[in-house]
Amino acid sequence: MKAIIKSRLFWPILVLMLILLINLFFDSSFFSMEIRNGRLTGSLIDILNRGAPLILISIGMTLVIATKGIDLSVGSVIAMSGAIGAMTVASADGTGLGPLLMAIGLSLLICTFVGGWNGLLVSRVGVQPIVATLILMVAGRGVAQLITGGQITTVYYDPYSFIGGGYLLALPFSIFIAAFVFLIAVLLTRKTALGLFIESVGSNPDASRLAGINSKNIMLMVYMFSGFCAGVGGLILSSNVMSADGNNAGLWFELDAILAVVIGGTSLMGGRFYLTGTVIGALIIQSLTTTIYSIGIPAETNLVVKALVVLIVCLLQSPEFRRKVFGFGKVKGAGEQKGKEGATLL
Amino acid sequence: MAEQLPRLEMTNIVKEFPGVKALSDVQLRLYPGEVHALMGENGAGKSTLIKVLTGVYPIDQGTVTLEGNPVHISSPLKAQEHGITTVYQEVNLCSNLSVTENIFIGREIKKYGRLAWKEMHQRAEKLLERLQLKIDVTKLLSSYSVAIQQMVAIARALNVSAKILILDEPTSSLDRDEVQQLFAVMRQLKKDGLAIVFVSHFLDQIFEITDRLTVLRNGEWIGEYKTAEISRMDLVSKMIGKELEEMEAISSKNTGNTTESTQSFLQADEVGLKGKVEPFDLEMRKGEIVGLAGLLGSGRTEMARVLFGADKKDKGKIKVNGKEAHFSSPRNAILYKIGFCSENRKTEGIIPELTVRENMILAIQSVYGWFRYLSKAKQMKIADEYIQLLNINPANPEQLIKNLSGGNQQKVMLARWLVTDPDLLILDEPTRGIDIGAKTEIMKLMTKLSKENKSILFISSEIEEILRTCDRIAVLRDRKKVKEFDNDGKLTQQDVMKEMAGGG
Amino acid sequence: MINRLSLDYKQLPLVATIALFVLMFSFGSLRYTGFLSTQVFLNLFIDNAFLIVIAVGMTFVILSGGIDLSVGSVIALTSMVAASLTMEAQLSPWIVVPVSLLVGTILGMIQGSLIHFYNLQPFIVTLAGMFLARGLSYLISVETISIDHPFFSYMANSQIPLPGNNFISISVVIALIVAAIAIFIAHFTNFGRTVYAIGGSEQSALLMGLPVTRTKILIYTLSGFLASLAGLIFTFYMLSGYGLHANGMELDTIAAVVIGGTLLTGGAGYVAGSVVGVLILGIIQTIIVFEGTLSSWWTKIAIGVLLLLFIVLQRVIVWRSEKKAGTG
Repeated sequence: MKAIIKSRLFWPILVLMLILLINLFFDSSFFSMEIRNGRLTGSLIDILNRGAPLILISIGMTLVIATKGIDLSVGSVIAMSGAIGAMTVASADGTGLGPLLMAIGLSLLICTFVGGWNGLLVSRVGVQPIVATLILMVAGRGVAQLITGGQITTVYYDPYSFIGGGYLLALPFSIFIAAFVFLIAVLLTRKTALGLFIESVGSNPDASRLAGINSKNIMLMVYMFSGFCAGVGGLILSSNVMSADGNNAGLWFELDAILAVVIGGTSLMGGRFYLTGTVIGALIIQSLTTTIYSIGIPAETNLVVKALVVLIVCLLQSPEFRRKVFGFGKVKGAGEQKGKEGATLL
Repeated sequence: MAEQLPRLEMTNIVKEFPGVKALSDVQLRLYPGEVHALMGENGAGKSTLIKVLTGVYPIDQGTVTLEGNPVHISSPLKAQEHGITTVYQEVNLCSNLSVTENIFIGREIKKYGRLAWKEMHQRAEKLLERLQLKIDVTKLLSSYSVAIQQMVAIARALNVSAKILILDEPTSSLDRDEVQQLFAVMRQLKKDGLAIVFVSHFLDQIFEITDRLTVLRNGEWIGEYKTAEISRMDLVSKMIGKELEEMEAISSKNTGNTTESTQSFLQADEVGLKGKVEPFDLEMRKGEIVGLAGLLGSGRTEMARVLFGADKKDKGKIKVNGKEAHFSSPRNAILYKIGFCSENRKTEGIIPELTVRENMILAIQSVYGWFRYLSKAKQMKIADEYIQLLNINPANPEQLIKNLSGGNQQKVMLARWLVTDPDLLILDEPTRGIDIGAKTEIMKLMTKLSKENKSILFISSEIEEILRTCDRIAVLRDRKKVKEFDNDGKLTQQDVMKEMAGGG
Repeated sequence: MINRLSLDYKQLPLVATIALFVLMFSFGSLRYTGFLSTQVFLNLFIDNAFLIVIAVGMTFVILSGGIDLSVGSVIALTSMVAASLTMEAQLSPWIVVPVSLLVGTILGMIQGSLIHFYNLQPFIVTLAGMFLARGLSYLISVETISIDHPFFSYMANSQIPLPGNNFISISVVIALIVAAIAIFIAHFTNFGRTVYAIGGSEQSALLMGLPVTRTKILIYTLSGFLASLAGLIFTFYMLSGYGLHANGMELDTIAAVVIGGTLLTGGAGYVAGSVVGVLILGIIQTIIVFEGTLSSWWTKIAIGVLLLLFIVLQRVIVWRSEKKAGTG
């Protein structure tokens, strides 16, 4: 039992379960699913579908945070991606796939590129991540508005809707995209040494360099990946509504994504990261939103509830809090905290 | 002295951390006007005792009395109010503030409700003058050397009408002159009636400056002795709990071991880096241990870093196995089978959040790159092998390295490089801050490696260690290589020191 | 890294900030007729009084190595509280003003305590605070509440005449007093110096026996209080309470502080710099208004570019002083 409680995933999964059960309490058919028009529907599918962009962005954010960084620009990159995608197909009609591929290629390329810009500032110029990405966060939204001319641009090109609204094997296509990116991320980080390198760089960049790791390239890569993920997320979001909105697309996403990562157990201090935890974190945030809508609490409370969940999860993860309230996770945590800066324990 | 009331008396102090009894029944008595050494290996409980005394950790059991009155020290602030102040090895001041501020912050001089800067500057200058230091006190602390920062820390301590001054390894980053300057200050303070606790790994210094000493081992109190009445060997054997004969056996292990080797592994030809180290020549032959002697700041670490590619050289050529080698990053050097164990274990060595196993395989994995990821089984095999070989404690490869003691962390760092099977291993102060047992093991290991035809570049502040292990000794002074000795058995510490000091 | 900034270099960003402001003002004056007037300059203060107030609070937070993301939302919440108490509860300003000021102060104190006692990251805690404050203001009302009350109208409309037919508002006076007090606190009180010390190294500050706990909680309390004060000023300015007020204002504030020369890692910077930082953000907007044809998003792009410039400048300074320390 102790091992289970100690597991990083225990608390996030518990919270997710709790939220879902609360739903079941209000709506007994909450867990039911049915096939309608060859499409699997149900609240759980809905959560997955709507949560896909956040999951994607959180995955990118996880790797960035693991290197002791942070990417505040994802919200703006989402807006840019949507704007580029939608503007590329704005004049297209019919069903030819050319414009679609063009849109996908162009936005992902540019988003990966601007992610790389963040990465260069952080790894080569040595700017703190929060500042480096703040630049793009502010300027990026301006650029997105510039692309769309400050208007909401509507798309009338059908294939574009498939990205965010299409179905494959009775499931929403966006779930596949998120699952695919998740799988790639897990494979890359856990089946190769990349994960070890990322954790190493996040925990001690100087020592990592002296151990022969190319810290700068690792950092550059995670920011590019984060940009890429935000790009994919942006395309899904823009395709969902078949339009591009430079002003509001992706607003607050950076915060939700950081929340998802933290809820998932990855420390903002870098080092160890937990991709599965992140996905659960993102699902918690999404189900929270869904729950609030579905059980008829005024939508305005969403923010309050979100704030409370953040606090609860953070407190549960704080060794100091656990010690004071539950009496376990004892002194070890305190020793680590104190030991980190000054002398070692012994 | 014995009839005098002790200024501080700590009795039956117990402090436990989960799974570890850091202090059990420890005593400490301090008298006014003495320098008292706190002796013990790493893990003996010195740091914990100091942290308890200064209120960083609460005690689990025991009593503390100050001049006969029982006190409860609950925080560093409380400790200061009681006149107990500490100067740590890594200067714990705020380098983004001015010298004056570092001395006065927390108890600033005020006039009309505002801070009286002018007066504080003057007082600061006066305080520092007492320590024979004349510097611009309005400048940021970061613009001064570590030695001066340390003096500022002491000045700060003095300003709180200190009764007890704890100096936790203050000398480890000072050069000889600076140490003497510090000692002069300590003698003066002693005369003024201060009780000084002094922690140092350098036995010479202990015997030079202290009056009495308390020995701890594994969190237990071993005894309290007068420095004048205990011999070096006695003290060391009390610290490590080994028999005297064994000690002597270790210390006479390697004298005069000149291996005859002609095959060169690495040749540095007029290699230099502006502002760091003047162009130097250095040859590393196979199976040879070369010592780099020099004071702190003499360029020895800089030389090592250039040879490893950690800093890019801007002059000269490096040849490996007779062919010119270009390395611009540590990665290249590693590919040439060179390893480098940095002197800054905490900042440039360990990856604190990773396990012992992961720390060990990091360098070899970076040679392999990401895609050839060592299987878990292989990693475990490596970890187990080196934990055994180097006697790493605790012998758990999944332990986070930050939870290990300094000596064991150092062994893991050595393991990291041994795994890569380097032809040249550069060890920058591998024995600093670790206990004698681990020191001896590391030196034994070096000898073993050299027998396997590896070359080792060994940097150490302890000339005795260098003389004992090295075949050749290069001496650096003022960022310049000034001399190279063959260690033929006749070379003495004085010979080397003369070159290090220069001017003779 | 930052530890090695030396004194002369440390002041360079501040000098650069002031130079930039002068440059931008001269540029505007040369390019647009009517730009070069005392009133245009004073309008920068009138339009950004609330931003000056929160930027001052944020400066302390950032100097200590933290961050406060909740300030924008606290403005909204304060405006909502003030509006609903005045219009719906019909309370007198004598009650409304203190209560509104308490809102942010209490929130700030809670945030500071959580950060300190449970060792949580300021980023996350104030993020939660940001959600909470905005959520609470929506709970009060989703709609805008317009304020129609003599006190608020007086605060909004009275002009303090200055020589040469110019004027400033009461809010500007409040903002300038706040800035002056803050400069005094930063440089001439132990609290202020402790803030710098914590930003330099919290561990050291603790070992030096500084009151870290009290100071850290006080920093966030102060920031919360100033955010509420800014909220009131904003309410005077808008004469309404609305949950969407000051959306994203925390970013502008952080940008102003950074452009004002404060290091985001803490330990170095000046309150006065942040005030100039706010004026620079203001002047960008003024230029765009004078230009007429430029769209509002150029503001964002311009702020982004300025941020980039200042951040690179800070890096260059750090590099140069590192080099100096290396050879010296």
